[in-house]
Amino acid sequence: MPRTVALIGTDAIAEAMRQINPDVVPAYPITPQTAIVETFAQMVGDGLVDTEMINAESEHSALSAAIGAAAAGARVMTATSAQGLALMWEMLYIASGMRLPIVMPNVNRALSAPINIHCDHSDSMGARDSGWIQLFSENAQEAYDNVLQAVLIAEDPNVLLPVMVLLDGFIISHAVERLDLLDDRTAKQFIGTLMPRDSLLDAENPPSWGVFDGLGGYYFEFKRAQAQAMINAAAAVRKVAGQYAEISGRHYDFFETYRLDDAELVIVAAGSAAGTIRSMIDDLRAEGLRIGMLKLRMFRPFPERDLVKALSHVKNVAVFDRSDTFAGEMGGPLFVELRAAFYEEEKRPQMLNFIYGLGGRDLSRNLIRQAVDSCKLAAGSNERQKRIIYLGIRD
Amino acid sequence: MNAVFARPRAMTEQKTHYCPGCTHGIIHRMVAEVIDELGIREDTVGVAPVGCAVFLYNYLDIDMQESAHGRAPAVATGIKRVLPDRIVFTYQGDGDLASIGTAEIIHAAARGENITTVFVNNAIYGMTGGQMAPTTLPGQFTSTSKAGRNTQSAGFPIRVSEMLATLEGATYISRVSVHNPAHVIRAKKALLKAFTVQKQGLGFSMVEVLSTCPTNWGLKPTEALAWLEEKMIPYYPLDEVKNRLEV
Ligand SMILES: Cc1ncc(C[n+]2csc(CCOP(=O)(O)OP(=O)(O)O)c2C)c(N)n1
Repeated sequence: MPRTVALIGTDAIAEAMRQINPDVVPAYPITPQTAIVETFAQMVGDGLVDTEMINAESEHSALSAAIGAAAAGARVMTATSAQGLALMWEMLYIASGMRLPIVMPNVNRALSAPINIHCDHSDSMGARDSGWIQLFSENAQEAYDNVLQAVLIAEDPNVLLPVMVLLDGFIISHAVERLDLLDDRTAKQFIGTLMPRDSLLDAENPPSWGVFDGLGGYYFEFKRAQAQAMINAAAAVRKVAGQYAEISGRHYDFFETYRLDDAELVIVAAGSAAGTIRSMIDDLRAEGLRIGMLKLRMFRPFPERDLVKALSHVKNVAVFDRSDTFAGEMGGPLFVELRAAFYEEEKRPQMLNFIYGLGGRDLSRNLIRQAVDSCKLAAGSNERQKRIIYLGIRD
Repeated sequence: MNAVFARPRAMTEQKTHYCPGCTHGIIHRMVAEVIDELGIREDTVGVAPVGCAVFLYNYLDIDMQESAHGRAPAVATGIKRVLPDRIVFTYQGDGDLASIGTAEIIHAAARGENITTVFVNNAIYGMTGGQMAPTTLPGQFTSTSKAGRNTQSAGFPIRVSEMLATLEGATYISRVSVHNPAHVIRAKKALLKAFTVQKQGLGFSMVEVLSTCPTNWGLKPTEALAWLEEKMIPYYPLDEVKNRLEV
């Protein structure tokens, strides 16, 4: 029987991990990820899972151990946030380059300096070119659902890439929400067993992993194959979402739209902000504004064509970014990529970028209204300096 | 009337954020007293860790720089190389120093970097809510060792002072405790020596201070002091572990 429960986001993740029962979980604590690892450690202590848990001495070592275990043929998970993800940098590329299907929830938190433990997306956005699939979650339910789906996406033979499941620090990780869990049997059947490819334990065909590949080698071809795997990942994300809908009744895709069909202005956002924006859309609609929302779930691979199609009829797009690229006046990563996606289109919506919520600054309904007002003002004009607006910045 | 007790000049009036019974506050105060006694307040630069002492710069009235988790000795090295006439110290917890930052402390000591480290060992990751550290005692319960530290899978606690003492570059290393007034007085003397070593340009110095974490140990403050004495000291013997130049 599916169970309806009230859980904080990190415990929802731990529940998914309990059902997945990974072979190995190496981890190092960092706020706000810590609660995942603590709850899971309790499950290990209580004998609810068979997982070998490794308390690593740093995130760099945690992901290294995960890489070792995954290459050895195990199903492996770890979790982190912010500085921890940053310290994993070197290993992120090795995990994806070695095509290891590791699943890692990253509880989004701002990067230092100055030190800040609250939510923004600068940590995972910084890792956007590391070759990991990245799935955003709006709430604890989505975080739980994403983790279960991530296992199958990662292990798809046409993919074999690590997956990062993203959930907003504190807003999702530490708030209690109502959510539905699959019953254990259904979850276990869905997850199945890992059939590792080229495992280190295959004595008949001993492989070497991550070896030196010099000037005359195949590094270039490896990377091309990796790029293809990321292209293939989109189909796998859809396929797994279909399978998941059958057992859960919950439907996922690359993104979710809200009142988009006849919208003239659309807000594009990822993560927990979508909830606030959705409620604001209803109010603005009641005031007569033709506004809608597109909530991005899959950031890697970037669903370029689907996004362009979904937004082709729209006049104005307000892209909400919870991080900055610091690339001059280019705006946040979502903005940069969405604009690039429209390059070849004849009809392009006007796009404004709203950078919001850095270091956990609250995104209030009032700020969303301000953003919408700016879009109304800007409609028609295309002044460069007005393109990027830091929403709610103090003077 | 003679004043017999006052706030050290190197300490601010800011109330600390520490939990009741935590000994970080005592250690902060001793560092401030040593800075006053050596007359180095205007010349001292502190490097704060990531850990419960992350707000150290609010409590010490000196120049301070924040470092990433574990990197304080490397940051201090950079400061000291640019400002060799200043007194540069790091203040670090056992997660910071003995776990994520093990490489930095070993290599700062190995280079004989003329800095001082105040190493606060409370056998747990305090700030993140009480997870197992490399210094957690065998069998000790933490939020990531729910059945007690298992030495089969997690090994035995690291005695950092003894380990660093094997390095030629380490001049002065001492392990002290703050579980009662007599030991606080001894701890203060050790800190005074460590800073003096640096002042005289004699190389790397470190004082490991055994400290309590009542909140995460799940003990009352008085019980925590007793636990430190009964459980920690037998594993982490109090000693002047190294005094290469007989300071
Ligand atoms: C790279 C990185 N990983 C993890 C953390 C999270 N973190 C902050 S403090 C801390 C442990 C602190 O423990 P300790 O050094 O023993 O000091 P205490 O808080 O006990 O005084 C951890 C793991 C971080 N800030 N940066």
